[in-house]
Amino acid sequence: MRRRLYWLWIGCAVLAARVEAGEEAEPGAERLRPVAIVDGAIPASLTGVPGDPARGRALVVDRTKGLCLLCHAGPFPEERFTGNLGPALDGIGDRLAPGALRLRLVDGRVLNPDTIMPSYYSLAGTTRVGAAWRDRPVLEPQEIEDIVAFLATLRDTPSERPAP
Amino acid sequence: MRRSALLVLAALTVADWSAGPARAGEIPPAERRSGFDTMSPDIQAMQRDGMANPALLWLEDGADLWAKAPAPDRPACAGCHGEAGLAMRGVATRYPAWDAASAAPIDLQGRVNACRRRHQGAEPYPYESRELLGLTAYVAAQSAGLPITVPDDSRLGAARAAGRALFTQRMGQLGLSCAACHDDHPGRRLGAAAIPQGHPTGYPLYRLEWQGVGSVQRRLRNCMTGMRAEPFGYGAPEFVALERYLMDRAAPLAIETPAVRP
Ligand code: HEC
Ligand code: HEC
Ligand code: HEC
Repeated sequence: MRRRLYWLWIGCAVLAARVEAGEEAEPGAERLRPVAIVDGAIPASLTGVPGDPARGRALVVDRTKGLCLLCHAGPFPEERFTGNLGPALDGIGDRLAPGALRLRLVDGRVLNPDTIMPSYYSLAGTTRVGAAWRDRPVLEPQEIEDIVAFLATLRDTPSERPAP
Repeated sequence: MRRSALLVLAALTVADWSAGPARAGEIPPAERRSGFDTMSPDIQAMQRDGMANPALLWLEDGADLWAKAPAPDRPACAGCHGEAGLAMRGVATRYPAWDAASAAPIDLQGRVNACRRRHQGAEPYPYESRELLGLTAYVAAQSAGLPITVPDDSRLGAARAAGRALFTQRMGQLGLSCAACHDDHPGRRLGAAAIPQGHPTGYPLYRLEWQGVGSVQRRLRNCMTGMRAEPFGYGAPEFVALERYLMDRAAPLAIETPAVRP
């Protein structure tokens, strides 16, 4: 059984890359919280504060914030024009546990190095970031928690569907 | 000790990430398609039907400027080049080209401004000005229907390589590359927009979203902003390099200036 446990401190990763290249550390990187990846998941909450599914849903459908619907369809009947670069999010809460969802959002490159899904909570490997976006992750840690909480409610199993 | 080993591991991974994702690779010439093909029929009709194409207003301005002397003692474009339909036919199919005077590649709008400066003793037109767009579109339109060619000029090699590297590398806050959309996922939808193969066949063109005509560099700035990357400045060598690579990867599609896009 492949039991791997390692710590990926994303801020440090950037630091190490920069130090090797003889450059300054990426400013802002130290602001990111350390993240522990265990068996393809981040089991621990990034904040310790439970996510709010309603806020998570609002972030997911916000095309300037979560950006998810640029690439994903899902159970969002009011939303027309969803993209199809990624799989539909219907029933994702049945397929992936919260820890796996969290890693997928924080840095999907750990799961698939070639992924085109943005790494929402990592500054590693970024270049030529626009001035308005520099030195900050795409989403804040509590926003990640809100989205994880929302995705976990997306169930195909009718009995587990949350009350409307 | 253990920590430093982990840092090295992380550093290696980071190096991999910034190199850009593994890719489906370049689209073979026989499978290249203009963005025109995936547009809605009404926008296609707008481009096809001369009278309905709003870019024609810019083209008319370009034709006037071609014939007009910038000052009484300065020659008009037509004074040196003659009739545009003869002198400029095919020119746009092989730009960006090498400019011996500046020992650098130059794109078509750069060439127009170079002639203004060198041969007309006039101030270059500002980027995205109606004059520069009109003249460039007028020159490019003389090649409409002709296939884009790949110039056999080794001096362009460095620009080609730089353009390809820019096209394939991840950039911006979202970590996307141009290739991730235009080589790997053309035909898919990004929100409401169909992702085209990304060929610069129709520039300068009228974009409905702009409510006006814009250059290929304006288009590239739009894509870079979408990636949350810092766009290159107008006229930057990086843009000329990207344009060179984009033209190589578009050949042998036909020039369709002045095109219309959503
Ligand atoms: C630029 C496109 C893009 C954006 C934006 C994007 N994703 Fe993804 N996503 C993908 C792709 C492509 C995959 C497929 C897996 C892969 O390629 O790594 C994916 C996979 C996923 C998965 C795993 C799906 C499964 O069935 O295993 C989840 C969950 C997910 N995305 C959620 C989100 C959420 C939530 C957002 C917004 C916060 C988002 N994605 C934004 C492209 C995107
Ligand atoms: C005094 C003569 C003169 C005038 C006026 C002039 N040009 Fe030129 N043009 C040239 C010469 C000479 C070249 C060859 C390259 C060079 O020396 O810059 C050239 C090259 C070009 C080319 C590239 C042709 C090719 O085959 O690569 C274009 C396009 C062009 N001119 C457009 C214009 C436009 C548009 C104007 C008016 C704004 C203009 N020219 C005015 C002399 C002129
Ligand atoms: C997230 C996907 C995405 C990325 C990344 C992207 N583009 Fe685009 N690009 C698009 C879409 C979508 C359009 C069409 C927009 C429309 O018509 O509304 C487009 C249009 C274009 C066009 C115009 C094609 C035509 O028919 O006129 C060119 C050229 C282009 N892109 C080049 C690039 C380059 C170069 C880069 C990298 C700097 C890039 N794109 C990055 C999605 C992308």
